[in-house]
Amino acid sequence: MTDTLSVWQLVEMARHQDRPYFGDYVSRLVPDFVELHGDRLSADDPALVAGIGTWHGRTALFMGNQKGRTLSERLHRNWGMMHPEGYRKAIRLAHQAAKFGFPIVCLVDTPGAYPGAGAEERGIAAAIAGAIMEWFTIPVPVVACIIGEGGSGGALGLAVADRVLMMENSIYSVASPEAAASIVWRDNARKVEAAEQLQITSRDLLAMGVVEEVIPEPSGGAHTDYDAAARALDEALLRAVQPLLEEDTQLLLERRYERYRYIDSLIGAAEHFGPKVSAKALAE
Amino acid sequence: MGADAWLALLADPGSWQERWSDIRPHDLLDWKRPKPYEDMIEAAREEGLNEAVRTGLARIGERPAWLGVFDFRFVGGTLSIVAGERLARGLEAAAASGVPYLLVTASGGARMQEGVLALMQLAKVNGAVGRLHVSRTPFFSVLTDPTFGGVSASLALMADVNIAEPGAAIGFTGARVIKQATYADLPKGFQSAEFQLTHGQVDMVVPRTELRRRLIHLLELYR
Repeated sequence: MTDTLSVWQLVEMARHQDRPYFGDYVSRLVPDFVELHGDRLSADDPALVAGIGTWHGRTALFMGNQKGRTLSERLHRNWGMMHPEGYRKAIRLAHQAAKFGFPIVCLVDTPGAYPGAGAEERGIAAAIAGAIMEWFTIPVPVVACIIGEGGSGGALGLAVADRVLMMENSIYSVASPEAAASIVWRDNARKVEAAEQLQITSRDLLAMGVVEEVIPEPSGGAHTDYDAAARALDEALLRAVQPLLEEDTQLLLERRYERYRYIDSLIGAAEHFGPKVSAKALAE
Repeated sequence: MGADAWLALLADPGSWQERWSDIRPHDLLDWKRPKPYEDMIEAAREEGLNEAVRTGLARIGERPAWLGVFDFRFVGGTLSIVAGERLARGLEAAAASGVPYLLVTASGGARMQEGVLALMQLAKVNGAVGRLHVSRTPFFSVLTDPTFGGVSASLALMADVNIAEPGAAIGFTGARVIKQATYADLPKGFQSAEFQLTHGQVDMVVPRTELRRRLIHLLELYR
């Protein structure tokens, strides 16, 4: 698929209105899924669906952005763009999963956090920052997969994990192509050029070492065969989670820290920066 | 105000010891339009600027402190791989030694020209901030104009004490983008330091002229 499509065609594929969403995957992977609501502070964010269910014989926490397919559903789900309450719900449930030893799966599909006045008033920056910081402390396996759009800090707030995977025709970017064009050209109409330069395809991210695995989609894209796409996702998630379940908790958290601490070392950064500096050496 | 001016204002004279100034940005994505990233880096270097974050050890009122200071003049103070690396090393060093960490921010967010690797710096630095907290080392953050995007959504608001400069614009999404996206009329003072104080995001708003004295007092209280 990715061989023949332009970068912009891939962006359109990642945003395809018939692309399987979190709900389409979770109904196939976790048939007894029980949704849990609310951040216990003020609200429930419908842009993030979260809950528990039986996955390969054990209870797991699944959460993900839900974009909505009809206009009324999209309005309700806010196109998968979370408010602060969504990040707070995610962390509340991550702590709960840690309490009971449930592995966590995050399926990311968002253009970004909601760029609105209310989100700012209720502390969206600190909500995302707090989530990113908290994920490093959750002592159970965490695996994230970008299933459609992975946009900016809003996506990263759900994707600080032990393994990060991408569906083949999904994108993951520092900012949406429109936002990046608006920043560097002051003109969001330059979105195609921005997308081409940003290196946001699954192949790019795999090459950079930002994701561990790209999950092949049915030919024609995930939207042509939900069952096949869900099977591929399920197998890849299981492959990622299983070895993590065996791992010592302290080691798991140490490796999660190192995954991000040295994430840029694969692309030649190590030779530019010199070798890793140990905490002990820093203290001296 | 540039990083050099902040250091002159906050650090005891002659106490600044810069670290890791030799690590330099590279055009890893081969970014060409509208301006080649290489040329942007070179132009900033010719102006004597050394990346968007400088880090090192200093004394403030005779107490040692690790400093991470953003410089908005370097590609808008954007968080890059080098900036993230310097911040993470400083935070780790502070955590290992128990020497308090002082951050001064001025940033438009993550650096577009480094793509998703710039986004990954949010996780890199917040992981290190988490370890700083676990080590029970004091962390103070001074938010100056402007502090947005990937910097407000990573370490800027995660300190023990968040201090904003009067009138500084602080937020996640810039007002221009919010207006474009939502067609909303934004109230006067939206995203100002005072707005963030009212909305519970910062502990205090302190003018530049009183900042050093306030930091010396805080270093004393959190000793």
